[in-house]
Amino acid sequence: MSTATVVRFTSAGALAGARAVLPILPGTVAFGLVYGLLAGEKGLSAVQVAFTSALVFAGAAQLLALELWRDPVPLLAVASTVLIVNLRHLMMGPALLPWLQGLPPTHAYGSLFFMADESWAVSVAELRRGGRDAAFLFGAGSCLWLVWIAAGLAGRLAGDISTAVDAGGLRYLTVAFFVALLAGLWRGRGDLLPWLLAGGVAILAHSSLPGTWHIVLGALAGSLAGAARERHGHG
Amino acid sequence: MATDNLLAILAMAAVTYATRAGGFWLAGRLRPTPLLAAWLGQLPGAVFAALVAPMVVAAGPAGWAAAAAGFALMRWTGRFVLAMLGGLAAYVGLAPLLGP
Repeated sequence: MSTATVVRFTSAGALAGARAVLPILPGTVAFGLVYGLLAGEKGLSAVQVAFTSALVFAGAAQLLALELWRDPVPLLAVASTVLIVNLRHLMMGPALLPWLQGLPPTHAYGSLFFMADESWAVSVAELRRGGRDAAFLFGAGSCLWLVWIAAGLAGRLAGDISTAVDAGGLRYLTVAFFVALLAGLWRGRGDLLPWLLAGGVAILAHSSLPGTWHIVLGALAGSLAGAARERHGHG
Repeated sequence: MATDNLLAILAMAAVTYATRAGGFWLAGRLRPTPLLAAWLGQLPGAVFAALVAPMVVAAGPAGWAAAAAGFALMRWTGRFVLAMLGGLAAYVGLAPLLGP
């Protein structure tokens, strides 16, 4: 899109991004500990756990891949499962277009490596607030990335900590984080219909489709309906 | 086993990065039209809603009430950390009453 906005990429922006994900870090630590623990039970070494978390950096996909992990590793099944779980990313990248398009390709494609649910969410909120420092995504993502690797490694090296991190409150932390961010995106009554449609389709599809197809379908339904109404209904 | 694991990890990494970069790559190559602009404007909220709704549903009655509380708190105060902690506190408080 030809939104002629000047985009910066500064260390101050990266720092602001890292600060934005601080509230969610306890959840990331808990998730990482569980991942490391389960990976150990599946026979992955500490080096392999750290290597996976560093290169893949996708919690849900990594956990699901573990479910399929056996000797020999079913490569095709693992790769296609990971692909299905991560399909939602395809819908998330375009939402950051105003930032990414203003960057040199190396910065844009480098930053995209660090686009996880949480770093994407705080970045979209920052973009909506009028933030023009695209290093925000990199800062938020790399902060999560470091904590994710460290927590996974700690879980692999620690003993049985599954009961310690299974506290109900901690599990709800992620939900509370995303709900508060979603509320921050609210622009007015016009958002109600697309959001209800997106959420409704996602809930219905969630029970019958694998991976994150429900997010892709819900997002498509809500955004296309909203865009069509914007173009035809309200002009 | 070791090479096996390494190959699988590399495949997972490649596939994941392709999804991260693919959406941006594709969207940047589409011809800019008013409908595309409208769609991109609607996309963040819709992705969010689709991501959050099943999570909230799965959290049970206490989770539903806590999500409503967190959402309302964010709308009224505009303070993110307050809304997040308020939602979390509502869940912890309500879970014993409504069931998790």
